[in-house]
Amino acid sequence: MSSADANSATTKKFGKGERTVPHHTQKASKFYPAYDEKQPRKTRKSIKPTKYRESLQPGAVLILLAGRFRGKRVVLLKHLDQGALLVTGPFKVNGVPLRRVNSRYVIATQTKIDISGIESSTLDKVSKPDYFVREKKSKSEKGEDAFFKQGEKPEAKKPTSARATDQKSVDKPILSAIKKQDMLASYLASNFSLRHGQRPHEMKF
Amino acid sequence: MPSASGHRLYVKGKHLSYQRGKRNTNPNTSLLKIEGVDDTKAAEFYLGKKVAFIYRAARERQGSKIRVIWGKVTRPHGNNGIVRAKFAHNLPPRSFGASVRVMLYPSSI
Repeated sequence: MSSADANSATTKKFGKGERTVPHHTQKASKFYPAYDEKQPRKTRKSIKPTKYRESLQPGAVLILLAGRFRGKRVVLLKHLDQGALLVTGPFKVNGVPLRRVNSRYVIATQTKIDISGIESSTLDKVSKPDYFVREKKSKSEKGEDAFFKQGEKPEAKKPTSARATDQKSVDKPILSAIKKQDMLASYLASNFSLRHGQRPHEMKF
Repeated sequence: MPSASGHRLYVKGKHLSYQRGKRNTNPNTSLLKIEGVDDTKAAEFYLGKKVAFIYRAARERQGSKIRVIWGKVTRPHGNNGIVRAKFAHNLPPRSFGASVRVMLYPSSI
């Protein structure tokens, strides 16, 4: 019998005697279920942490191979989960903001930059998955007014100031590290591309 | 983002033929010659890489007359650096001799 008050047995009087009546939830069922209730399957799989290539060490300079910033050279900040990497341009050097990229769409180079100066607290904040979630449209933007405003030119989307400060705080120590090395800034600013006769399978990145 | 320094991020390849025997062709598999690849060892770099066959069609689809058939390099073919590739839709026979783009991803460098 359960000790909870809600489904405890009650005592009822019948004439002279009395007996305890169990709560209806405690009573045995009058019938067996016609079908066996299906047990959900136990999952024996588990999400294993992605194993990244050895060349993808934080601080390495990467070449992006696809997407809006293809050909750009960026700095690897951190491994995120499920094959994603957190990278930054730095924004001031080549216009690439803090961004997640898939590790398979990236060439790792041998160039390395000291990124030990970045505060771990800001890096942790930026590397959370919901940091990059797009803001949802408010109701007024979706409703009737928006329908009539369709023809008008929409305002250009601007990054929020919070993002800009995060970007600056992450980039600052990287920029100072870049300054120490000759030509590194212009190397990061330059795009990677293949020319006639160049063979990537013979290149050493 | 075209620039003065060029913006090609793929290797050029040519669609040679389908995989075939003396009398039968197998259009499920296409043979590609990748530029600068002359032996199996060099071809190994390109295994698994995405390939795009890009062509122009008469009618616009999604606002563009340019269309693409995606595929990937599956394995080397012979000893001269030719590779086999599978495409989402088999390449049409008129693409024999046409160039395809061998992308640098998925990357393992």
